[in-house]
Amino acid sequence: MTALLDISDYRLAFDGFEGRAHVLDGIDLRVAAGESVGIVGETGCGKSVLARSITRLVDTPPGRVLSGHIRFAGEDVLAMDQRALARLRGHGVAMIFQDPMTYLNPVFSIGSQLIDVIRAHDRAAGQRMRPRVAARAAAAEVLGAVRLPEPDRLLDRYPHELSGGMRQRVLIAMALTGTPRLLVADEPTTALDVTIQAQVLRLIGELVAERGLALLLISHDLGVIGALCRRIVVMYAGTVVEDADAAALFDRPRHPYTRGLLAAVPDLARPDHRARPIPGHIPNLLAPPPGCRFHPRCPLAVARCIAEKPALREVDGRRVACHRAEDIAA
Amino acid sequence: MSAPLLELRGLAKHYPLKGGRVVRAVDGVDVALHPGESLGLVGESGCGKSTVARLALRLIPPSAGAILFQGRDISGLSDSALRPLRRDMQLIFQNPHAALNPRRTVFASVAEPLVVQGVAGRDGVLARVGDLLRQVGLPDSFLWRYPHELSGGQKQRVCIARALALEPKLLALDEPTSALDVSVQAQILEFLQELRSRSGLAYLFISHNLAVVRQVCDRVAVMYLGRVVEEGPVEAIFTAPRHPYTRALIAAVLPPRPAGMPEAPLAGDVPNAAEIPPGCRFAPRCPIRMDRCTRDDPALAGTDHRAACWAASEA
Repeated sequence: MTALLDISDYRLAFDGFEGRAHVLDGIDLRVAAGESVGIVGETGCGKSVLARSITRLVDTPPGRVLSGHIRFAGEDVLAMDQRALARLRGHGVAMIFQDPMTYLNPVFSIGSQLIDVIRAHDRAAGQRMRPRVAARAAAAEVLGAVRLPEPDRLLDRYPHELSGGMRQRVLIAMALTGTPRLLVADEPTTALDVTIQAQVLRLIGELVAERGLALLLISHDLGVIGALCRRIVVMYAGTVVEDADAAALFDRPRHPYTRGLLAAVPDLARPDHRARPIPGHIPNLLAPPPGCRFHPRCPLAVARCIAEKPALREVDGRRVACHRAEDIAA
Repeated sequence: MSAPLLELRGLAKHYPLKGGRVVRAVDGVDVALHPGESLGLVGESGCGKSTVARLALRLIPPSAGAILFQGRDISGLSDSALRPLRRDMQLIFQNPHAALNPRRTVFASVAEPLVVQGVAGRDGVLARVGDLLRQVGLPDSFLWRYPHELSGGQKQRVCIARALALEPKLLALDEPTSALDVSVQAQILEFLQELRSRSGLAYLFISHNLAVVRQVCDRVAVMYLGRVVEEGPVEAIFTAPRHPYTRALIAAVLPPRPAGMPEAPLAGDVPNAAEIPPGCRFAPRCPIRMDRCTRDDPALAGTDHRAACWAASEA
């Protein structure tokens, strides 16, 4: 089976005043059609810049692709011209982000913004742009699809009149106005309260299932990922360290960083489990540690971990980038 | 039981709007915090938990009610009368990146309360600040660093050192780990627990993260739309919650494991604090609403474990 999204050996750096920051260091990641994959990692691990790379939203410069390729449905994203990119963004890949207010223009009504997007998608698909009246009907329909009540009235309202949860629903609606096959959701519920988070996650899960979309869900919260994804990719300092079935990852983490991350999360259902910190700090990507980027914080590090970067390899039915994966008790 | 360190009675904070409407940010809160105890204040955004902390520390004056600190009502005290009391109550904010002046060294930030309150002389300050940094687990080499040279966890430690400078009796922590990564959050939580067992400080611990609250608090008060709807010992709140809102909050927590979606999340949004529903303020979203709930406002009932719910009081 060919993957819908295929990222291989993707290396991205940012050139700045202080030098070159090696932000993504050889990412290998495939997502099949209809699959739900979660990417989890802490601040600075590169998960958001990876998400933005999929639709080439990373400016170059200051970004610079050092190696690798990104293919979507067999097409080379890094080689696309502006027309092909416009079609990709919306008809291939749709994105939703953390803070819905940032992505809605405060001075235009919800309807006006949705209609603009719908007509832009028409143009990107090489069709005639439908008239605004027809686009308005489509906008109302998609607001209904995200379970917003009274979509017709909502079209005439402005972003500030909506709650955070409603705004995120509007952005999900906007993401569905094209004909996406992959939904990339970057911390979609981080700005929302827990009861609203549950509503929005449920909606995303239902829409993905109804429409047969693939989902790439990016979050720092293992609970959010665990709610929607069957497969989890763990990132650390610009590298994929583990890529496993969700149940296997939570039960038997094989990478020392995954183990540390799981031990650091307090669990409401297990009050006797004391959250344990991971010693040390995330590395400075201007001068990342040699070999395995996790070795300065790793309790199992040996000389080889400093000398040689571990490749992602098959261990115990998953992919792990650790020289000592076999030594980690299952 | 010892006398409470802090007691809030019928505490309210109302903000008038144009056109005669009033935002009832805090609308009748009764809780007590004993010396050395850690009280968690949980609830969704806009429920008034941060406003309660600011009122309790008298950073803002209340519209009604009493704030008893060590038995003395401080709700009407002037700024100058409050000044000596400020030593005893300190606040830690959510975002350590915004709580430190980027142009001042760690030493200057931590020394400031000592200088303002005139506690330590010129010679004593340096030794005292060094001692405070060691207490929060930072070496002396950090004294002359600037905030941009520190990680998020280190900055939060500096903020805690500054708050500890005057040896307070009460520390209000407003989402102290929400801006931090989980691996760093665990460090700060571990440190806060160790600090409390060592120093006997009382915490007013505000968080939206129930798992964190369960780990660091002795008692929990659950707030909804400006009111405490349930309050009690941490184990009772999490194992036998009485208020339907508390149950919904617990059910909405996503555990760190492949659990699938939580069952039937609470419908709708939190209402506007300027338009609080009649009767029980939770009634419009409540899954077990009865006729009475839309007419009569339930008070917190019970002794050690209290809930403001007609259904809970009948059960």
